[in-house]
Amino acid sequence: MSGRKAHIVGVGETRYTRWGKIGDVTEHALACQAIQRAVEDAGLSMDDVDGLASFAEDRNEAVFLAAELGLPALRFANMVWMPGGGGGCAAVSNATMAVETGQAEVVVVYRSLCQGQFFRFGTGGMDATVPADPAPPTVRQADSMMLASLGMAMPYGLLMAAAAYALPTRRHMHLYGTTSEQLGLLAVTFREHASRNPRAVMGGRPMTLEDHQASPMIADPHRLFDCCLESDGACAVVVTTAERARDLDKPGVEVLASEQGAPKGYAFGPFTNANIPDALYATGGCEEMADRLWAKAGLGPGDVDVAQIYDHFTGCVLMQIEDYGFCKRGEGGPFIESGALAWKGGSLPTNTHGGSLSEAYIHGLNHVVEGVRSLRGESTSPVENAEVCLVTSGACVPSSAVLLGRR
Amino acid sequence: MSERFFPDSMPAPLASATTLPWWEAAAEHRLVVQRCTSCEHTRHPPAPICPECRSGESDWKEVSGRGEVYTFTIVHRPIAAGQELPYLVAVIALEGSGGLRIISNLVGVDPGEVAIGLPVEVVWEEMSADLAIPRFRPVSEEEPR
Repeated sequence: MSGRKAHIVGVGETRYTRWGKIGDVTEHALACQAIQRAVEDAGLSMDDVDGLASFAEDRNEAVFLAAELGLPALRFANMVWMPGGGGGCAAVSNATMAVETGQAEVVVVYRSLCQGQFFRFGTGGMDATVPADPAPPTVRQADSMMLASLGMAMPYGLLMAAAAYALPTRRHMHLYGTTSEQLGLLAVTFREHASRNPRAVMGGRPMTLEDHQASPMIADPHRLFDCCLESDGACAVVVTTAERARDLDKPGVEVLASEQGAPKGYAFGPFTNANIPDALYATGGCEEMADRLWAKAGLGPGDVDVAQIYDHFTGCVLMQIEDYGFCKRGEGGPFIESGALAWKGGSLPTNTHGGSLSEAYIHGLNHVVEGVRSLRGESTSPVENAEVCLVTSGACVPSSAVLLGRR
Repeated sequence: MSERFFPDSMPAPLASATTLPWWEAAAEHRLVVQRCTSCEHTRHPPAPICPECRSGESDWKEVSGRGEVYTFTIVHRPIAAGQELPYLVAVIALEGSGGLRIISNLVGVDPGEVAIGLPVEVVWEEMSADLAIPRFRPVSEEEPR
């Protein structure tokens, strides 16, 4: 089995911009570009690739990509079966399973996102500038289970992730005294990391805690600077076996362990489910999965040198820090205040690329890319001698995570 | 016509065959929860099978419409045309429901006055002849619980 142990051997991305700014290239062509760059970074040829994996209802179907990129054969194609950013690490996990079981030799995980070419998240397809349909409002047929679930929330105007995830964050503040300033400090820390990253959309825009506190309220307690960016761009990572990795120029990064899933009764999480058990409501919903991850790797939170934690909203990062056991439940606020997340001097340098708050929002696959770079010593905020990196995907929805290692 | 809080342009409910009876009860201003007829476990949103005993048999239990705020957010961005800002989205813990909560709105209250634990009661907003949406307002002083 050890010869087939999965390694990430290549990473690549296109340019990252604010949402709607990439109009000259299609989202689909961007996916091709990211895949080509990742395969090139690995020192492999497209003729070596026989698998493709993505997540979050990626519009760029693997079968078309395989044909366009001229793959000799597509032996493995997979899409994580849940919407949103929870599935990025699960896509890596699925690629890992494919290469470790011999289903495929080289699987590229990709995500391409041009919201300007399609609809913008957070609106649910609604346009607040368009007047009401003159027909009287009535119950309509939901075309899918997801729409039936959202259909119980949208009549209350709950269609925007910033509002949905404000609900557990507000409760966390009530239970533990977490403050907006603590959330702000997290955003300021990630912005500082982005300042060294030439790919970061907000790299040239320093932010202070005062700037954070002065930013407009979107959905209390979420201010504008508590919310991730909305971006156009694509990225990809290449997963293959230890045996193949050994022959390549760059050191491979081992997938020590990967996990995915959701706790009992979670469904789509607080966006549409008001009845998450009380003990789980003010969390990222990842604690049970985190326990499985640590057990599988034979590691614990104290073994992590650097972390890339999915940051759609500041509060969701704070709750994940608690879920993964970096501090006790309710102590995420003081943990952030201690400076733990900072590249310089922090006990858990986190989102060394700037995260989705400051690099780009590519549904968190860019966090996997940065996880690999941080272990290769290629990060623009390098953590010296880092050997273990935790990468997580979207929390407060069914989630996933990988532990990456450099031996 | 009942008091109006939100414009007609708000997103209308989308329902499956499983959730439709809940909206049909709402149209009659009845706030209900689905109850397993085998083990009496209640669930929301409506679902085809009881997650506790896996029975597929269920009925609808009407609740009082009273409860308290479990969590909330004050939203400053409109979803629909003509919407008053800010508006309040809340999770309400429902009295007599077997421990269930629902997503709804808080109306008739200054956002600055809202806190977790605030006692509330249902107020029905008739969006049209066949659509009523349950929203919640603070329990009025003259009607002690």
